[in-house]
Amino acid sequence: MASAAAPASSEEAVKAAKVLMVGAGGIGCELLKTLALSGFSDIHVIDLDTIEVSNLNRQFLFRKSHVGQSKAHVARDAILKFRPNINIESHHANVKDAQFNVDFFKQFNVVLNGLDNLDARRHVNRLCLAAEVPLVESGTTGFLGQVTVHVKGKTECYECQPKPIPKSYPVCTITSTPSKFVHCIVWAKELLFAKLFGDKNQDNDLNVHSKDGSSSKSDVFERDVDEDLDQYAQRIYDHVFGYNIEVALENEETWKNRRRPNPVYIRDTLPEAVKQNGSSRDCSNDHEEPSAMASLGLTNPQEIWTLAENSRVLLEAFKLFFEKREKEIGNLVFDKDDQLAVEFVTAAANIRAHSFGIPLHSLFEAKGVAGNIVHAVATTNAIIAGLIVIEAIKVLRDDYKNYRMTYCLEHPTKKLLLMPVEPFEPNTSCYVCSETPLLLDVNTKVTKLKEVIDKIIKSKLGMNLPLVMIGSTLVFEDGDGLEEDEAANYALNLEKVLAELPAPVINGTKLTVEDFQQELSCSINIKHREEFDEEKEPDGMVLSGWSAPVEKQINSNGENKSAASSSSAHATDDTVEDPSKPGMKRKLDELLETKENCDASSSAQVVEDDDDCTMLDGNPALIKKKRLQ
Amino acid sequence: MMDLSKYVADLICFFRRLGIRAFRAMGGGGGGGAEEELTAQETALYDRQIRVWGVDAQKRLSKAHVLVCGVNGTTIEFCKNIVLAGVGSLSLMDDHMVTEDDLNSNFLIPHDESVYGGKSRAEVCCESLKDFNPMVRVAVAKGNPSLIDGTFIDMFDIIVVSCASLKTKLFINDNCRKRSKHIAFYSVECKDSCGEIFVDLQDHSYLQKKPGGEPEQQELKYPSLQEAISVPWKDLSKRTTKLYYAMRVLESYESSEGRDPGETSLSDLPAVLARRKDMCDRMSVDESKIPTSLLERLLAAGKKEHPPVCAILGGILGQEVIKSISCKGDPIKNFFYFDDADGKGAMEDIPPTS
Ligand SMILES: [Zn+2]
Repeated sequence: MASAAAPASSEEAVKAAKVLMVGAGGIGCELLKTLALSGFSDIHVIDLDTIEVSNLNRQFLFRKSHVGQSKAHVARDAILKFRPNINIESHHANVKDAQFNVDFFKQFNVVLNGLDNLDARRHVNRLCLAAEVPLVESGTTGFLGQVTVHVKGKTECYECQPKPIPKSYPVCTITSTPSKFVHCIVWAKELLFAKLFGDKNQDNDLNVHSKDGSSSKSDVFERDVDEDLDQYAQRIYDHVFGYNIEVALENEETWKNRRRPNPVYIRDTLPEAVKQNGSSRDCSNDHEEPSAMASLGLTNPQEIWTLAENSRVLLEAFKLFFEKREKEIGNLVFDKDDQLAVEFVTAAANIRAHSFGIPLHSLFEAKGVAGNIVHAVATTNAIIAGLIVIEAIKVLRDDYKNYRMTYCLEHPTKKLLLMPVEPFEPNTSCYVCSETPLLLDVNTKVTKLKEVIDKIIKSKLGMNLPLVMIGSTLVFEDGDGLEEDEAANYALNLEKVLAELPAPVINGTKLTVEDFQQELSCSINIKHREEFDEEKEPDGMVLSGWSAPVEKQINSNGENKSAASSSSAHATDDTVEDPSKPGMKRKLDELLETKENCDASSSAQVVEDDDDCTMLDGNPALIKKKRLQ
Repeated sequence: MMDLSKYVADLICFFRRLGIRAFRAMGGGGGGGAEEELTAQETALYDRQIRVWGVDAQKRLSKAHVLVCGVNGTTIEFCKNIVLAGVGSLSLMDDHMVTEDDLNSNFLIPHDESVYGGKSRAEVCCESLKDFNPMVRVAVAKGNPSLIDGTFIDMFDIIVVSCASLKTKLFINDNCRKRSKHIAFYSVECKDSCGEIFVDLQDHSYLQKKPGGEPEQQELKYPSLQEAISVPWKDLSKRTTKLYYAMRVLESYESSEGRDPGETSLSDLPAVLARRKDMCDRMSVDESKIPTSLLERLLAAGKKEHPPVCAILGGILGQEVIKSISCKGDPIKNFFYFDDADGKGAMEDIPPTS
């Protein structure tokens, strides 16, 4: 890489290059077009997604007739139509699949990311580091965007700086003490919707309040034999919005310093519905997709419905699921593109919000919150794609003195709408690109290996298929191709507490965890601790010595700094405001404000299901120049 | 101008239909200020962007009519962006026959002479643009930008001019300013890895976003193109981008030589350097304000556009047009420059607002 020779001409470098594009969504469509125009002629594209209607306003390679088809394949075909002489290989697959291993990555001169989620970004970062292939990373939200360059040993890697991770909410906030609309949405979508229409075998915290003493039934959510659908719907309504609230109110302790919620019963919100019981309207004006809004004559998704309207929508949506989509019941998972599901969740969240004195929201707004919808426009994606290609050409020419991170701003800052910044040096305490050990505070006497793997190794360290070693003893390995007895042995280990593993884990033990696919290995030093704060340390474990993702704290007493305070030197930069840059402060607040829009998710949210999610990091104002050597 | 009058008749007919649609959507419920709602189809398609700029902006967009004079890689990027955004209509004016040169930066022209042969740039691109969004009316406006008149101009809310001579740009800008209707004027040029956008919104009032507060009404007064390029250079801030001066030198050289825009090469350097000396002397500034290396780059560029720069300029311009139609967000006043060499995308306010 680091040749002393003069950089090749752009044309030559571009012509000879083989590039990998990860993501064929909002940024991807623009990028593939700009790459093709710029003379790139050997391009691989990976994308797992299929095309949706709401993509069409910006993913211009796709048409209505393509809805449901692979983004990667359709994007390839669209580009080949106007530039038939270039080579594009499309993969309709997950970039985390085993086929895209380090050897696969090694064939490329540069990797260009147009991804929508943190998880995949971290994975690609690790593969690029392992394969020693430069990475150009990008993201957009609304009018904001950024492009960064990551070259091993020269600039910081994608994970050198803290990243925002999806918010999670304590279970009790969702089940008992919601204070924001998003809490009601999470409740409606992940508890109520899942309970009624999803997999019955899943654990569901809605059961907490379903111990209905007066009923002999094992589960009040089950429909009685011969129960009229209207009766059933109203019974569920009264149970979750009325009875459950009454039960919750009995616990005086909870409401000492909180506003008490009001139980809501159908007889109060819709007195006529109770009387009309059974006289279902004729909703036979066959809509292709059943919709409660349509059958109730509600047309404007921007409008905020009254409590009565929400109640009507809820009952109607409930009934439509049973009347028109009965076969799917038991297998439904909330999907932001499922109109009826969005209607149900909006109405349920609003009724709950009413109960708790939280302002109601329109279906349009509720859909945005429930579906984690990222604000996206074509223009920003086009600009960002242009900037990616400019950086990619510099990388191909090995012109590292001119590498830049570029921020696309909504409002000009110091006259700039596109602000280039010199990249950072690698963070020497980054566990991904350096070999710094991590520290895990954990109660080794009660914590199972499974919990450490799920909560720390997979979710915090982002490993896909981890392997865990204690000294030279292998205690766990993930993935296919294990011998039967090995697999059985590992399964046993998973359920054991740390101190009772074949090689006991106690205070001072060093764990080695590895992911072969990512070629990432790191050490974790164990510190035994018996007391954990349930509110602030809900995992019962605290990982430190790494650049922790910036998680918005739910309780704001500012004491929970376990992860943040131990993060890298960059963290201290965040408190410095460059006095030579007036007006910058405002800009930053806006950047941060907007960033929040893209992670309004919940604890159970694992899939980020829209493209172009920005991870705005490294505040441009706070960046202290560090010249690359 | 025969073609033009037919075009006008056609467009008027289209507006009538729009009017009828708007009337129907009000539902005959006795008016009461009820605004036309977006259709379910529009709401589904524009969902993500409505989350960025709001329903009102989307409604305004769907009623805006845009004319683009001069079809090249940069303006086509712009066209793609606003067609996707859902403007009411887009008209393309460029009678030049497609040549192989157009293929370099214009992604709407296929590498197939049987497709583009014998067709104008506007015709070939119009067909593809229609495909991007069936809800936007895209049409070819035959004619010569240097001859368009007031009644024609009145049909548009936004006019974007590219690959036109300075004379033509001044003529159209002047015409826009003379109309009683508010017509926003933009010009854009891409010279390989550099680009310039000029904006004239005349009197523009808009809502400025205030972080954490209510949006505030703001008023801006724009200079005309003539005013913006005739400012004495010594009045300008030292930090004014060198591209501003370099573009004026080039523009002046092309005009006096009767060249088409971009019809220059490195062989023009001596004459351009003489022009630089001449202008700098007249403006009483030092020639070093305009580096020779920059003029060389611009001359060598000729008509060449660097595709990533087209995407950046077309993106910024698209965003600006959306801001001006929706009257939301700080617009560029009144120049924007991008240079691949330093990666900056910067605004210049010329003459500076005191
Ligand atoms: Zn790192």
